[in-house]
Amino acid sequence: MREADTLRPPQLMEVSADIISTVEFNHTGELLATGDKGGRVVIFQREPESKNAPHSQGEYDVYSTFQSHEPEFDYLKSLEIEEKINKIKWLPQQNAAHSLLSTNDKTIKLWKITERDKRPEGYNLKDEEGKLKDLSTVTSLQVPVLKPMDLMVEVSPRRIFANGHTYHINSISVNSDCETYMSADDLRINLWHLAITDRSFNIVDIKPANMEDLTEVITASEFHPHHCNLFVYSSSKGSLRLCDMRAAALCDKHSKLFEEPEDPSNRSFFSEIISSVSDVKFSHSGRYMLTRDYLTVKVWDLNMEARPIETYQVHDYLRSKLCSLYENDCIFDKFECAWNGSDSVIMTGAYNNFFRMFDRNTKRDVTLEASRESSKPRAVLKPRRVCVGGKRRRDDISVDSLDFTKKILHTAWHPAENIIAIAATNNLYIFQDKVNSDMH
Amino acid sequence: MLSKGLKRKREEEEEKEPLAVDAWWLDPGHASVAQAAPAVASSSLFDLSVLKLHHSLQQSEPDLRHLVLVVNTLRRIQASMAPAAALPPVPSPPAAPSVADNLLASSDAALSASMASLLEDLSHIEGLSQAPQPLADEAPPGRSIGGAAPSLGALDLLGPATGCLLDDGLEGLFEDIDTSMYDNELWAPASEGLKPGPEDGPGKEEAPELDEAELDYLMDVLVGTQALERPPGPGR
Repeated sequence: MREADTLRPPQLMEVSADIISTVEFNHTGELLATGDKGGRVVIFQREPESKNAPHSQGEYDVYSTFQSHEPEFDYLKSLEIEEKINKIKWLPQQNAAHSLLSTNDKTIKLWKITERDKRPEGYNLKDEEGKLKDLSTVTSLQVPVLKPMDLMVEVSPRRIFANGHTYHINSISVNSDCETYMSADDLRINLWHLAITDRSFNIVDIKPANMEDLTEVITASEFHPHHCNLFVYSSSKGSLRLCDMRAAALCDKHSKLFEEPEDPSNRSFFSEIISSVSDVKFSHSGRYMLTRDYLTVKVWDLNMEARPIETYQVHDYLRSKLCSLYENDCIFDKFECAWNGSDSVIMTGAYNNFFRMFDRNTKRDVTLEASRESSKPRAVLKPRRVCVGGKRRRDDISVDSLDFTKKILHTAWHPAENIIAIAATNNLYIFQDKVNSDMH
Repeated sequence: MLSKGLKRKREEEEEKEPLAVDAWWLDPGHASVAQAAPAVASSSLFDLSVLKLHHSLQQSEPDLRHLVLVVNTLRRIQASMAPAAALPPVPSPPAAPSVADNLLASSDAALSASMASLLEDLSHIEGLSQAPQPLADEAPPGRSIGGAAPSLGALDLLGPATGCLLDDGLEGLFEDIDTSMYDNELWAPASEGLKPGPEDGPGKEEAPELDEAELDYLMDVLVGTQALERPPGPGR
């Protein structure tokens, strides 16, 4: 990854009044979807680069906005179901339309996004406004023709996958077979067929016979990018389980268990909480997995279960503050992580609107801030540093001045290019390389 | 809310204490925490965790991950405090350390039992045939009767009863430990139900039964060691 000074000042999109709860590029990177706490989805489209307007090359503009989920009331349990969008996943594009899955705590929906830029004109039986013509005025037949019109983006719900989950859905993942997908809640994972909404297969169930024995929950899950029979799920105890759907109908027995033994020197009452995995992502190659826990990001090799092959400290200066972070519940924050297109750089968010990038090859890392200041046209994006005490440089921020209400939980990386999307509360920042993309 | 009000009370009491829960966050120079005797630090952590558990359970639909992590942390703290029960240190005015520790130990057992039965109840919530179960801060009239009674009883216990025990009861005991603790407001909800008032309609007949269970439960806990030996009472 290039240094910060090769990044342009980011585009700042004020997406909504609501907090952004998920961000996801589609498979080509042309579209970027965000979901928010109010149940809305906003899709951005990248403008094609043109020589006529070089300064706005490849910028993202709003493409479509729609209400995906509404608040619901479960009358039987007397509970309100939040409309907050937990996850969005794009389906691979198979025709002119785009499709995505969006989910709240309980219900997954398949949305189809189509463009209409032509409309038929010259009907025989209807006039321009669609009213039926008086047949006596029709003297000759004409063939309706398609005439261009202003682009209209239409969104429609194609499937609603409801009643599959008792607990809160934390992740969805589309299978490489493009026919099935899975949804995971705290205790169970279900497999759905994209065309069938009235039933799903339960493939993982970790609910104990006695709820008293409950000590662990599922925190995230994902299908392998190439092997349609493999998927991984992470737990609140910091373990990862790779499962093979060919082995059994119910994948309670893992094929592989990835777990790092606890470091005795760092043991504390909070060891388990900080080891809880908040996100897991397969690399594009399918050879590695990336996990995020409270203080680190780890790269795991699928061939080695004993420990991760790489561990990167995101904000180790928080280790001595765990008591306070436990008290104000920040220790339970769930940060996401992301790979770049070539799996050479990984990224994750932190506090104070900081986000971190780690280059796996050079072992260099950088901390950047998503702020309004940095998004001004002539702003110079400079790396940030948090000082723990001792020598302090001029622009350093001390640990105690960090704003823990400004958390970057959701980030996404373009599948091929150096473009990243950072969600900071209700703002979306899109960072791009200064260099023209086709010079890579 | 119950937890907020409680927090303020504890702040007043623990202002003088260098290890006050809120001081950790406000005071950057809290190196004393790291060096504190584990028993003392874990006692405050214990209280904090219990508060968190309480708050989590008061949600209409608790975040299971948060709940499980807090419960596991609480268990770790309990495990580390068990040997400490024999030691003198308790971060409060030195009233009667042995009684306080005894209570702490037995309230742990009670808490474990409550947590266990509450987690059990979460699985009942999954059953769609169950009536909605309002938690601690709802008024008694909201109770449903019938098959749900035993689990509801456990849920209610975690509300007013255990709440009173851990919150008002614990504090009350630290301040003034004498037999009058058996006669204070701890017993108010239960005793009301025991009186067979003529004006109480048939709807009230269910209440005495539940209150008796509460009574037994609280008796077990307050008496201390007996709570660990006696089999579960009629309300379970």
